[in-house]
Amino acid sequence: MNTTQILIAGFGGQGILFSGKFLAYKGLMEELQVSWLPSYGPEMRGGTANCNVILSETPVGSPIITSPDVLIAMNAPSLQKYVDTVVSGGQIYVDSSLIDVKVERDDVSVFYIPSTQMAKDEGIGTLANMIIVGHLLENHPELSFDGTAEVVEKLVPAKKAALKELNMKALSMGKNYHS
Amino acid sequence: MAERILMKGNEAIAEAAIRAGCRHYFGYPITPQTEIAAYMAKKMPKIGGVFLQAESEIASINMVYGASAAGMRVMTSSSSPGISLKAEGLSYIAGSDVPALVVNVQRGGPGLGGIQPSQSDYFQATKGGGHGDYRMIVLAPASVQEMASLTIKGFDLADKYCMTAMILADGTIGQMMEPITFEDETPTVYDKPWALTGTECKRPHNIINSLYLKPDELEAKNFERYEKYKQVEENEPMWEEYMMEDAELCVVAFGIAARVAKNAVVTARNEGIKVGLIRPITLWPFPTAPIAAAADRVKAFVSVELNMGQMVEDIRLASQCKKPVTLCNRTGGMIPSPDELLASIRKAEKGVF
Repeated sequence: MNTTQILIAGFGGQGILFSGKFLAYKGLMEELQVSWLPSYGPEMRGGTANCNVILSETPVGSPIITSPDVLIAMNAPSLQKYVDTVVSGGQIYVDSSLIDVKVERDDVSVFYIPSTQMAKDEGIGTLANMIIVGHLLENHPELSFDGTAEVVEKLVPAKKAALKELNMKALSMGKNYHS
Repeated sequence: MAERILMKGNEAIAEAAIRAGCRHYFGYPITPQTEIAAYMAKKMPKIGGVFLQAESEIASINMVYGASAAGMRVMTSSSSPGISLKAEGLSYIAGSDVPALVVNVQRGGPGLGGIQPSQSDYFQATKGGGHGDYRMIVLAPASVQEMASLTIKGFDLADKYCMTAMILADGTIGQMMEPITFEDETPTVYDKPWALTGTECKRPHNIINSLYLKPDELEAKNFERYEKYKQVEENEPMWEEYMMEDAELCVVAFGIAARVAKNAVVTARNEGIKVGLIRPITLWPFPTAPIAAAADRVKAFVSVELNMGQMVEDIRLASQCKKPVTLCNRTGGMIPSPDELLASIRKAEKGVF
């Protein structure tokens, strides 16, 4: 790995920015150079949200991603908008419980994970994002699953301590999912 | 070594200001810089500092004027339309020769414009904004780490020269998170014998004022102030050069545009185009020396900006129009992509201007 550019996109409220933060902190922990750039403004309030995360062994140039190595699409409009921007050989993670179309490209790896449904079934409805992140970690050994508890500890505020365990649960559901 | 932590650019400014000894913040909320005020609101009461959300931008800049006159390290922050409202106060602060740190996390304009990143307040920051003959030191950070280091530097320069230092950032650098380290440094304390601290009946009154009704006095004051500005121009220009050693083309860009430019320079180099980057860190004083030196070696300059090309004329002046200056720009909250810039570099390489 030299540089990995990850674009996470979906609706506001799906934890798009949070999962980006998680990956950025994970990168920081692995002593990588990282940048995290959110979309901000009116589109966050109930509309689309997206987040650019760059993990790199060398200093990060532009924090703006135009050609992602990895796309996490949490809704259909996001997949439609960004599917063609993913580099050849890249990865696309699709929340297949919210997106019923298939990716019509054969030069990328696509992982269909019904994460919203999985989260609902386990009673952790808001953590579909972390299920996908768990699966992504499994596919990226350079990020490794080790130390995820520490990152969760850092990101979940003390007054929401119950969420820590649920985040860990979502991450391991994603890790163990066979797409 | 200090720990690497992740922080938003706006938060880095606020934390750095506190570490620089700033204990007075006056502001009024506006996107995309509100995290500065939020951070100050949380921290200042815990360390005996003042956080005050004023009734308006005009009130807040005048509170800065007052606290600075009393010898305090003080700051305000806003975004483009809010800075226009502060312009009167900026002129009064300049006319009174007191230090201040002012942050502008720029958004698209003119008017209310939009809330996405922009660099279209370059003229306002470097050429004036308020009325009268005056200058501000303008610092343009290109990373979260620089949001912090230039804030500390800005306070020092403001105190050293008794003038306003402005951090001219943009929505992207304000909103993004990057790793940052803070070194444990004691802030530099400047002697302020002019400050209004109470005479205790032991010294004559200090007077802070910008009103000089006698034209010869006002003229003398302006001449004196410009002597000071000359010192700043001689001593304080800051810039970064990237791959300029053998460059035949020179990209000039600051802030977020410089980050995009670096990517494009690397790609162009891989194509065999000898291109380098000069990144002004101070926009005033403009880094004339490296541009003038490059003008003797390169074929052309490519200015990359998030505005309609406001820096182009400073590049022309610094290079004495020896070489063509082309522009690669987006505006209104848009950011040029490395590919767009690459196209401009290829054109300039072929001598198409």
